[in-house]
Amino acid sequence: MPINYYIFLSVALFCIGVSGVLTRRNAIIIFMCVELMLNAVNLLLVAFSKMHHHAQAATNPNAGIDGQLFVFFIMVVAAAEVSVGLAIIVMMYRNTHSIDVNFLNRLKN
Amino acid sequence: MGTTQVLFWFLSVLALISAIMVVVSKNPVHSVLWLIFVFFAISGHYILLNAQFLAIVNLIVYAGAIMVLFLFVIMLMNLNADTEPQKNKWLKIAGVVAGGSLLLVLVAALKHADMKNQLADMGSGDIGLIRNLGLTLFNDYMIPFEITSVLFLSAIVGAVVIGKKD
Amino acid sequence: MNNVISLVWLIPVLPLAGFLVCGLLRRHLSKSLTGVIGSGVILASFILSLLIFGQVRQEGFQAVVVRLFDFISVGKLSISFAFQVDPLSALFLLIITGVGFLIHVYSTAYMHEETAPDFARYFAYLNLFVFSMLLLVLGSNYVIMFIGWEGVGLCSYLLIGYWFKNIEYGAAARKAFIMNRIGDLGFLIAIFWMISQFGTTNFIEIFTKAAMPKAVSTGVLTGITLLLFVGATGKSAQIPLYTWLPDAMAGPTPVSALIHAATMVTAGIYMIARSNILYTLAPVTQTVVAVIGLATALLAATIALKQNDIKKVLAYSTVSQLGYMFLGLGVGAYTGAVFHVMTHAFFKALLFLGAGSVIHAMHHEQDIRKMGGLKKHLFWTHLTFLIACLAIAGIPPFAGFFSKDEILSAAYEKNPVYYAVGVFTALLTAFYMFRLYATTFLGKFRGTHEQAHHLHESPSAMVIPLVVLAVLSVVAGFVGIPAAIAPDAHWLGHFLAPVFEGSTRLHPAAEADKKLEWGLMGISVGVAALGMIYAWSRFSRKPDLEEAQGFGKVLADKWYVDELYDAIIVKPINALGRFFNSFVEKSVIDGIVNGVGRLVQYGGRQIRLLQSGLVGGYVLLMVIGILALFLVELFTKK
Repeated sequence: MPINYYIFLSVALFCIGVSGVLTRRNAIIIFMCVELMLNAVNLLLVAFSKMHHHAQAATNPNAGIDGQLFVFFIMVVAAAEVSVGLAIIVMMYRNTHSIDVNFLNRLKN
Repeated sequence: MGTTQVLFWFLSVLALISAIMVVVSKNPVHSVLWLIFVFFAISGHYILLNAQFLAIVNLIVYAGAIMVLFLFVIMLMNLNADTEPQKNKWLKIAGVVAGGSLLLVLVAALKHADMKNQLADMGSGDIGLIRNLGLTLFNDYMIPFEITSVLFLSAIVGAVVIGKKD
Repeated sequence: MNNVISLVWLIPVLPLAGFLVCGLLRRHLSKSLTGVIGSGVILASFILSLLIFGQVRQEGFQAVVVRLFDFISVGKLSISFAFQVDPLSALFLLIITGVGFLIHVYSTAYMHEETAPDFARYFAYLNLFVFSMLLLVLGSNYVIMFIGWEGVGLCSYLLIGYWFKNIEYGAAARKAFIMNRIGDLGFLIAIFWMISQFGTTNFIEIFTKAAMPKAVSTGVLTGITLLLFVGATGKSAQIPLYTWLPDAMAGPTPVSALIHAATMVTAGIYMIARSNILYTLAPVTQTVVAVIGLATALLAATIALKQNDIKKVLAYSTVSQLGYMFLGLGVGAYTGAVFHVMTHAFFKALLFLGAGSVIHAMHHEQDIRKMGGLKKHLFWTHLTFLIACLAIAGIPPFAGFFSKDEILSAAYEKNPVYYAVGVFTALLTAFYMFRLYATTFLGKFRGTHEQAHHLHESPSAMVIPLVVLAVLSVVAGFVGIPAAIAPDAHWLGHFLAPVFEGSTRLHPAAEADKKLEWGLMGISVGVAALGMIYAWSRFSRKPDLEEAQGFGKVLADKWYVDELYDAIIVKPINALGRFFNSFVEKSVIDGIVNGVGRLVQYGGRQIRLLQSGLVGGYVLLMVIGILALFLVELFTKK
């Protein structure tokens, strides 16, 4: 497959994620949109990894493997992030009985 | 059009539609379910790209563990369409416009990039196999891998400390 | 045998050391010790100057530049701290250290009533002055000269305001300082101009470059020389900046003798004589110098006619004599001008010291209307004062005759009108000097009974300098005997010839007509004698004690020049200052400062609205920022 298709697919998924973050006020949905963006990036990384492998497989049989390892690490970080993030959301819900992010405007003052 | 192309287009459309549904669903539970569809589609792409290990991990970690966690939290809070907080209409439009503009700009920027001859390997190559990934991971990426474990440990401690009732 | 000349740096350093010792230890030194140190360093400088003078007057002597260290070195411009020894500076060294030493000795007695710290302060200032003056004449470039120039201005200020508890004296000191600054500005601009024009400030290099044909346009030279002359008018009290000198008489009398008669005020003459080649190449400036000098001489002489303060008369006579010197410079008689500086230094210092002796005897009475008949009580003072009066009036064979005659005959060659005005001024000079003499020393004593009781001759420390200066006033003239009397007898002319060589090559002195010379001499002597005899006979019998009336009142009030300056310069500047204070300071400057403050406050209030605390808003802004960055990148790449 030409790499363009993957690029545009990833960009589209990423932008849908951005729009979700911007339009929703539910903290959990926002969180899910962030996961969506991460996955878009992961997809692109894998596609690029295969592209490099295709170009350089003759000289280096392991070419492009770093890209897939990066995806692995991103998944690790995302898992850690989700565990802490959901803990925060639960905490917030317990204190305010709401998961509206605008309720968190205590950053002001 | 071979099977691979058909599958590619099908998975792409599925991923995009599911992603849009994630954003527009009123009910958070529906959003979670649509997101699981997205993850399945992306895993399908991984398989098309012959990255079996990542495809499986994606299903297990994301669609399995993380999404279950999400569902669990949503059910814990008893959220549904009625409790969904409504955002200012103008801010919503602004958000959509900003996201759309970002898409436009990125596409415009990438349109002229010369990538016509770059192909992503489909269905061949063995770098996505567990054996190769494992060899590289435990040889070249040993230290990052170990540090990841520290990250997990701190995440666990953090989650426990935050979630603790005090 | 250059070893004496290589020691030239000691000449200014010794007075500097004296200044430091007297100034820093003034609370610990006794008066006699201070006097010994203060006078001793000047004596040592004088002896060194004599040795150097002995070297310089040998046949075939070439000007020597003794380079001490680099003073300023910027880009291509390099100004070194260097001293130039040549006949002109050697002559001035002798005058400064010689007269300076006598006045230091005189001061030990004159200032005896001061307390020890004040006494030491006085000597410290005096030593600092001598140091600055030596720097001025020794410097081998205009910058070193300027350092000395500023130094003497400072010392003049400090010494005029020596009795600073008197508010009027402080005002006089400030006036002198400010007027000097006006002139100094001209000098400074001239230095900058010379740097840009010649790329150097060294005398020798500038004069060589300027003398080269077509090297520098006459216009530029005229500008530079006019600016230098502005500096000279400030320092040497010429129109329009002369009014500070009469007020400078607020200082102690020996200071008036040293600074405001013998040395500092001749710095302008020295500078122009040093730059003679530039002036010779700029005829317009020469005319300006001559006319200003002549006008100053005449104006000051008329004012002196009606002054009743003994020191004021002498001050105006100084201004007038300085005018003569500038006339000499203006008509190209550089030797004559320097000659007059020398003789004037002797007889004017003598006059001031004599006046100081009189004031001392009269218990600080300076009004000549309250004196009279002092001849009987002050034998030496009277005798030396008479000699000085004869010298300044230009009666042969006293010193003033020779130098004044040289200037006047040069003026006649240039333009007979100069000569006529000069001779008229000489008449006035003789008249007011003998009015002063007759009113002070002849007739009956008009002071109080108590003063009459205490009249006494001054101590020997004051009388000996008077006698030495009187002898010099008699004999100094013989170093410059005019060619008409004895050919080739003008020793000073030969001595200074190398300094003025460039100018004389451009304008060779015309061969003087002997008969004409004798005639001119006869006229000036006759006129001087006339003024002298008239004044003597009139004022010895009936001194005018009343307030002046009519035209005399105008003269007594100094032509109202001070009032004129006050009206056209001081008052507008004060008004401008008030305007700036009340309007510019309050509205414009405060407005700008407060405006900046208010702008920041307003901006802060507006920008604070962006911090809504809404996380969604922040994310939106972030996305917009990313968008903007992408757009910039996209549209500026190609």
